[in-house]
Amino acid sequence: MTRSMVRAVVEEFEDISTYEASSGFEALKILPEFPLDLIITDINMPDINGLELISFVRSDARYKKIPLLIISTEKSDEDKKRGLAMGANAYLTKPFTPEDLSRAVGELLNL
Amino acid sequence: MSSKYVEFVAEAEEIIDEASASLLEVQDMLPSADPSLINGIFRAMHTLKGMAGLFGFQGLSDISHSLENILDLIRLGKAEMTMEGASFIFGCFDLIRSVVADIRDAKDPDSDALAAKLVEIESFVETIKGGGAGDSDIVFSEQYSAILNVLSEYEEHRLKANIKEGKVIYLLSVTFSLEDFDVLLKDLADKIKLLGELISTMPTSDGVPAGQIGFQLITASDRSAAELQESLACGVVVLMETAAKAAPVAPAVQRDAMMEAEHTLKSSSTSIRVDISKVDSILDTIGDLSLSKQAVFNIWNSFREEYGNTPLVIDLYRVSQAMQRRFSLLQSQVLEIRMVPIGQVFSRLNQVVKRYAVKAGKNIKLEFFGDETEIDKSVAEEVVDPLMHTVRNAIDHGIEPEDERVSAGKSPEGSLEFRAFQRGNNVVISVNDDGRGIDPVRIRDSAVKKGLLSEDDEVDRKEVLSLMFRPGFSTAETVSETSGRGVGLDVVKEKMASLGASIEVNSEPGVGTGFVFTLPITLAIIRALIVRVSTEIFAISLTSMSETFVVEKADIQELDDRFVCDLRGEMLPLVDLRELLQLEPESMDRYFVVVVGHGNRRMGLLLDEFIGQQEVVIKPLGPYFDGLRGFAGASEIGRYKVVLVLDAETIINESLSLTVS
Repeated sequence: MTRSMVRAVVEEFEDISTYEASSGFEALKILPEFPLDLIITDINMPDINGLELISFVRSDARYKKIPLLIISTEKSDEDKKRGLAMGANAYLTKPFTPEDLSRAVGELLNL
Repeated sequence: MSSKYVEFVAEAEEIIDEASASLLEVQDMLPSADPSLINGIFRAMHTLKGMAGLFGFQGLSDISHSLENILDLIRLGKAEMTMEGASFIFGCFDLIRSVVADIRDAKDPDSDALAAKLVEIESFVETIKGGGAGDSDIVFSEQYSAILNVLSEYEEHRLKANIKEGKVIYLLSVTFSLEDFDVLLKDLADKIKLLGELISTMPTSDGVPAGQIGFQLITASDRSAAELQESLACGVVVLMETAAKAAPVAPAVQRDAMMEAEHTLKSSSTSIRVDISKVDSILDTIGDLSLSKQAVFNIWNSFREEYGNTPLVIDLYRVSQAMQRRFSLLQSQVLEIRMVPIGQVFSRLNQVVKRYAVKAGKNIKLEFFGDETEIDKSVAEEVVDPLMHTVRNAIDHGIEPEDERVSAGKSPEGSLEFRAFQRGNNVVISVNDDGRGIDPVRIRDSAVKKGLLSEDDEVDRKEVLSLMFRPGFSTAETVSETSGRGVGLDVVKEKMASLGASIEVNSEPGVGTGFVFTLPITLAIIRALIVRVSTEIFAISLTSMSETFVVEKADIQELDDRFVCDLRGEMLPLVDLRELLQLEPESMDRYFVVVVGHGNRRMGLLLDEFIGQQEVVIKPLGPYFDGLRGFAGASEIGRYKVVLVLDAETIINESLSLTVS
């Protein structure tokens, strides 16, 4: 749902292909498959929560350096702080406009 | 309804059904509560909110959002789930259901009702806030900060709640291959659920070989580490223990979980959801093909007659036979797709019955047997309502109030038993209660009063009970105020008849009452007997008959204005179909008889000739013929040959009413 919106915004950038995961588990499967330049994730996921995914990504040499953007409804500062402390690069709180997203993505990809 | 909403409606209904089932379980278990159930309902509301928002149903999305907030408070221990709370939420589910139904019927959802409900929810939230156990009194030492850092608020709350209950917190470690870890992890999670609570799943690639992924599972349990290790076959380490100083997290012990049990991939998503109309069109095509195969058979027959058994003719025969076999197989495979376990119907009944019993102030124990018995999806859909009416009657009039039961020497709890099993081509569903039973004398008196019976009519017990099903018959015995609109048992009977099903009732005053419904397993393609009555040809479904035989005119006797004959020592009432269908009367030397009905409604239908047996697809007659009784529909039985399909149930009803009055 939000995923399709995100996908639409990201694909507006040239030369970008996106891979969608419908759950944290799927993300774990996708990670080793392709060389990634950006990860966009939610915090609230049923199987493994976003923070766990970030921790996993940041503790693995293969993915350590990939820019990571968190998208979430969690307005609590706590999660935001934690996410950033664990190594996420940026945080967007829903509801956000496609422009907000586009700007954040552009910055993280240096475009 | 536009096709884009079909998916939405189907999914929304499924979500609400599941959430209701979970809520019912929660309600049953109060005051203790299973956190995974609460969490499940929370997630359901979250999903519904998103879906509704996506499709533009803002009102629905808002309600789901509010409910999501309530469930969040409860699951985080900031509020408590109570009976009133559960009832309130059920009420909200009802509203959601009716909104979804409106969407399905392309009507505008009732935005006033939605807005009103939202306000109700707001004030309700205020009443439950602060009711929860809370866990701010637990503080963790520094060494756990790494782990605590990745836990969500909910997971942290669950951790604290378990510690408060004195459970030990373990760290389980497993390694799976990247291909199927999700399935294997789910299996493991299911096993863990039996031994404790899985609080969090943390992926790790530390020291894990390529192509695999490791997980550390924070689990709370009151079992010993050894026991967990044995049952779950993974590395087990104690993470936290109350009272004692917890040991620091030891390096994970890796086990290759692939060597574990033979897991089939038959879990989670190996099923697809298919709209039932797609299955029906496949069946239609098969039905049409079946006519072709019949045609081929006829051609072979003609060739054989004209040319004898030449090698080519023999080949044609073999091919035609093979085709017949394969089509039958294809057909039964497709029919299989439409089959669903009757447990689906039972669980819906379970929900409604429990709430109804509470409303009626009766304490009732429900038991279900034969959940796995399979039945056609459309039959399952149609049978819920009549079953519900029957049950409501049982609750209202069958089961006595507690004090009456106790003085009658019964247990204070009334019992309602549902059984389902397959018998030949039918599925039998029985509903039994141990209530006060039906008093045949009262029924008889009421029937006399209503002019359905005359004072000196002699009717035996079985016939008296069948009077309850007559239209217009309703004593306080059969009408439930709480079921509203005074729906009588005649509606139940008609609905069942329209499904090609029969009802039988047994009762013993003081002991209880039982209803037995005999339903055809499937409505789609049926085997039918093609018969001739006078100059007309009809089809009768094989599932509605138990046997056929031939009777000589001399063996038919007259008994009390009825014709009967002897069938293995019992008198079988006979019905002359020529008379019933108002065809040319003719006296014959012998008749072919088809025995239909069960128990006290069994009778033999007299006809001229059996023509053959065939598979037919019953098509409805259409609105033009609305109100035409006695026929289940029409079928094509040969090239451009259409016959009417006789409906055994209404024929039985017609003849019974003719004889009783």
